Amino acid sequence: MHNLTIAQMIRELRQKTFSSVELTEHFLARIERLDSNYNSFVTVTREQALQQARQADARLAAGNAPALCGIPLAHKDIFCTTGVRTSCGSKMLDNFVPPYDATIVENYLRDGVVMLGKTNMDEFAMGSSNETSYYGPVKNPWALNCVPGGSSGGSAASVAARITPAATASDTGGSIRQPASLCGITGIKPTYGRVSRWGMIAFASSLDQAGLMTRTAEDAALLLNTMASFDAKDSTCVDEPIPDYTATLNESLSGLRIGVPKEYFGEGLNEGTARAVEDAIKTFEKLGASVHSVSLPHSHIAVPAYYVIAPAECSANLSRFDGVRYGYRCANPQSLEDLYKRSRSEGFGEEVKRRIMVGCYALSAGYYDAYYAKAQKARRLIKQDFVDAFKTVDVIMGPTAPSPAFEFGAKSKDPVAMYLEDIYTIATNLAGLPGMSIPCGLVDDKPVGLQIIGNYFAEARMLNIAHQFQQNTQFHDLAPAGI
Amino acid sequence: MEWETVIGLEVHVQLATRSKIFSGSSTAFGAEPNTQACAIDLAMPGTLPTVNAEAFRMATMFGLAINAEINRRSIFERKNYFYPDLPKGYQTTQLASPIVGAGYLDLTLSNGETKRVRIHHAHLEEDAGKSLHEDFHGMSGIDLNRAGTPLIEVVTEPDMRSAEEAVAFAKKLHGLVTSLGICDGDMSQGSMRFDVNISVRPKGQEKLGTRTETKNLNSFKFMEEAIELEIERQIDVLESGGKIVQETRLYNGDTKKARSMRTKEDSNDYRYFPCPDLLPVVLDDAFIEDVRRQMPELPEAKRARYIAELGLPEYDASILSSDAATAAYFEEAAQLSGKPKLAANWVMVELAAQLNRQELTIQQSPISAAALAGLIRRLDDGTISSKMAKIVFEAMWNGEGDADTVIETKGLKQVSDTGALEKIVDDIIANNPQQVANYRSAAEDKRPKMLGFFVGQAMKASKGQANPQELNRILLEKLGG
Repeated sequence: MHNLTIAQMIRELRQKTFSSVELTEHFLARIERLDSNYNSFVTVTREQALQQARQADARLAAGNAPALCGIPLAHKDIFCTTGVRTSCGSKMLDNFVPPYDATIVENYLRDGVVMLGKTNMDEFAMGSSNETSYYGPVKNPWALNCVPGGSSGGSAASVAARITPAATASDTGGSIRQPASLCGITGIKPTYGRVSRWGMIAFASSLDQAGLMTRTAEDAALLLNTMASFDAKDSTCVDEPIPDYTATLNESLSGLRIGVPKEYFGEGLNEGTARAVEDAIKTFEKLGASVHSVSLPHSHIAVPAYYVIAPAECSANLSRFDGVRYGYRCANPQSLEDLYKRSRSEGFGEEVKRRIMVGCYALSAGYYDAYYAKAQKARRLIKQDFVDAFKTVDVIMGPTAPSPAFEFGAKSKDPVAMYLEDIYTIATNLAGLPGMSIPCGLVDDKPVGLQIIGNYFAEARMLNIAHQFQQNTQFHDLAPAGI
Repeated sequence: MEWETVIGLEVHVQLATRSKIFSGSSTAFGAEPNTQACAIDLAMPGTLPTVNAEAFRMATMFGLAINAEINRRSIFERKNYFYPDLPKGYQTTQLASPIVGAGYLDLTLSNGETKRVRIHHAHLEEDAGKSLHEDFHGMSGIDLNRAGTPLIEVVTEPDMRSAEEAVAFAKKLHGLVTSLGICDGDMSQGSMRFDVNISVRPKGQEKLGTRTETKNLNSFKFMEEAIELEIERQIDVLESGGKIVQETRLYNGDTKKARSMRTKEDSNDYRYFPCPDLLPVVLDDAFIEDVRRQMPELPEAKRARYIAELGLPEYDASILSSDAATAAYFEEAAQLSGKPKLAANWVMVELAAQLNRQELTIQQSPISAAALAGLIRRLDDGTISSKMAKIVFEAMWNGEGDADTVIETKGLKQVSDTGALEKIVDDIIANNPQQVANYRSAAEDKRPKMLGFFVGQAMKASKGQANPQELNRILLEKLGG
C-alpha cells in the first residue's frame, strides 16, 4: 500500500480497494514500526489522524469529495497546527501549542487530507543536514550513517522511507530541494508568493516559501492544487490565477528550450553527480527539448549575499522568542535582562545563535551599507541574471546539491562547508523563482537530484517537465534497501 | 549673556482607526488588559501583519492639511529593541521613506505675529503596549491592548524659540488633527504625546547647542512647565561653566521636577531595515485626490467662514475654530439659536469658565449646545434679562432642567406685558407726587439721572422682572417727558 503514489491512492480510495482509515492506519503503523530508525517525526497525531480519516471516508462515501480527501500527509513542524505542538525543531518552542492553523494546513483540512504528524527539521529551518534539530538528527533512509539534508530532513526522509505518502516542507535557501536530492524524492519550492506564509514560522521572510516533498511530480501537482492559494493574511502572497497543475502534466516537451548554466558545473561538484545530471539533460533531448548554454554571471555572490540577508531577517524575526509570552523561559529569572539573556541562550541552539549574531552585525550602525545594503544590491544582480537567461530559454537545469548525502559530522563543525551545500539552490530563493529537484541517478548507492528552475509562476510547466522525465525513467521508483 | 532657546517637537498622534495598523483588533481605550490583542499583536510565531488602509487615508489627510508632499511609495522598516511591551522585539515604523514629507503649520502668536513652523516629515508606525508596575508584587504586568495602535509621528524642524511658541504649535496641531477627525485629541489617555527637544545658544550664534529630549508630555500645561524648567536648567549649567549632556529626560507634572532617564551613551543601535513582511505601500493620484475631496473643513477655513458668514470678530473666530469639539459645539448653538455672536460669547465666557473650573472637556459639558441655544433664544426674545440668564445658566449647569423649565420654576420671567408695567408705573407716580413734580420741573439734561429713582421703584415692585427697555419707554411716556 505504501508503494502506491498519491495519484494511485486517489483511484483506489474511490474504488473502495481500501478506506482512508485503513490507509491511515497502514502509515501510522509504519511510522510506529520504522521511524525509530530515521527520527523523521517529532510528533505523531494518531488519534486525530484516525478521526480525520473517518470523516474523510464519510465524505468519500457521500460523493463529490475533493481529490485529496482521505490521503495521509505529514507537515513539517514549521507549520502551525491548532492544538498540536509546533516546535520548529527548537527547544524554544518545545512547549508551544498554537491556537491557529497555518493557511496551508487549513487548505489541506478543508480538502479532507489526513495529518499523520509533524516532521523533524533543522532548528528554525537553519541547516542543511538536519543536525541542528533539538530533537536529534534525522537519518537518511538510503544510508543511516548519512544526513538526509536540511532543513526539511524529516519530511524528505519520511517520504523516502514511505512512512508517509508525502510531506509539506519549506525552502529558504534550498531546504526542500537539497534534502529531496539527498533522499531521492521529488521536491518543489513554488514561486515566492504562490503559497501563503501565514502560520509558517518565519526564518527569513523574503526568502521563505512553503512547498512539497513527494515521490512523483504528478503527486506534487495534485498536492500543490490544494496548497496554493491567495491569502489576504500574507501581504507578500501574490494574487495570480492558480491553474490545475495536473492538467498540463502530459504535454509534450517538443520544442522545450533548456538552459544549462556553466557556473553550475564548476569546482566543488561531485563527478558522479555531474554525470547523472548531464545524462538527465540528455534524456530531455531525446524527449524533444533543445539544450543551450546560459550564463548566470553573479552565481558566485549568491551564497555570500544570502548569508547576510537571511541572518539579518532572522535576527529580527527571532526577537519575539524572548521568554515573555510563550515558549521557553529560563528558571528563576532575576531581572528582565537575565530573563532575556538566559531564555534565549538556553532556548536557542548554536547555529541559530550564530545566525542571529551574524544578522545583528550586518545590520548594525556602520556596517549596514557594507553588508546588508550591498547584499541587497547583489540580490538584484542575481535576479537580473535569471531574467536575462529566461529571455532565451524556458527552463534552467543543473545539479541540486554538489554531492550525494554525506556522513554525520562531516560538515557540522565547518559552517562554511555546510553553507556551500546550498550553492546551487540559494540563487532561486534570492530571485524568488520556483525550483524543483527530481531524482536522476545514484552515486555510491545514494541518490542525487536534478534541479529544474522555472520562470515566475511557471510551476505547471516545471511539473510537466518533471512528470515527462518520470514517465520515461525509473529513478523516482528506486527505494532505499529494505523498503 | 543673552541666550536663545531652540525647540523642536516630536509628536505621537494616535490615529482614530477602529482597528489596529497591522491587525484586526479593536483600538478602543479602557478595555480589560489584553482583551484587545490578537495573535498578531502578541507576535505569535507564524503570524503576519497586513496594513490597515484607513491609517494611510488618515495619514494622507494629515499630510495634505500641512501642505506636505505625500510619498507615493512608503516603506515600513523594523526598529529593533527588546522590551516586554514590544512583543515582536521590533517596532514596525517608517524611516527612509515616510508617508508624509516636508510641510508646515503657521501659528498666530499672542502678539498677533504669524510664525511658520516647518515639519520635517510625519511617519506611520505602531504603538507599543503598556508595562504596569503596580499591583504585581515586585513583578510587572504587560497590557498589549495598545500594541499595534496606529500612530503618526510628526517631527518638526527646530523652529520654535520659546515655550509659548512650542505650546502654540502643540495647540495648533491638536486643533488640526481633531478637526480632521483623525485623532480624538485626548491627551490624558495618551492620544497625543509630545517629546520636546530643547537646546540653548548664545544669541546670535548660528551653531545649535547640545540638546536634551524631554519625553511623553501629556498636557499643554506640563509641556510649558517642562520647557521653562529645562531652559532654566541649561542656562544655569552653561553659565556656571558646565556642559549640556545629550540625554533623554522625564518631567513629573506632580512634583514639577525633571530627571535624566538615559544618556546618548546608553542609546540603542536600532538596526533598522525594511520589513520583509510588508510590501512598499504605493499610493496613486486617484487615492490622494479622493482623500482631498473627503477632507473636512480645516480650522483656517472655519475661522474665515465665522468672520465672513457669521459676522464674528477675528478674536472669537480664532478661538472657536481652533478646536474641533469647540467649533462643533459653537456651530450647533449658533445655528439653533440663530444668534452667532451671542452663542460665541456664551461659549467663550460662561461655558469656558465653568468647564475650566471643573476640568471638563466641552464634550463633557452638562449643558448641551441645543440647551445653550434654548437659553440664548430666551435672552434674545426678551423673556429674561442677561442678568437673569446667568442665573438660569447656573441652574442648567446644576442639572435643574432646560432654560424654559428653569425660568418657569424660578419665576424668572421678565415682565414685558404693557398693561402690567403701566399699572406699576401708574402706582409709582401716584405714590410719589413730590419726585414727579421735581422731575417734571427739572431741566432736560438733569432728567435721565432723576429717572433712575423711578426705574428702581418699578424694578422693586416687579421683583426685578420688568423688561428694562419696555419699562423705560412707559416711564418716559407717563412722566410726560
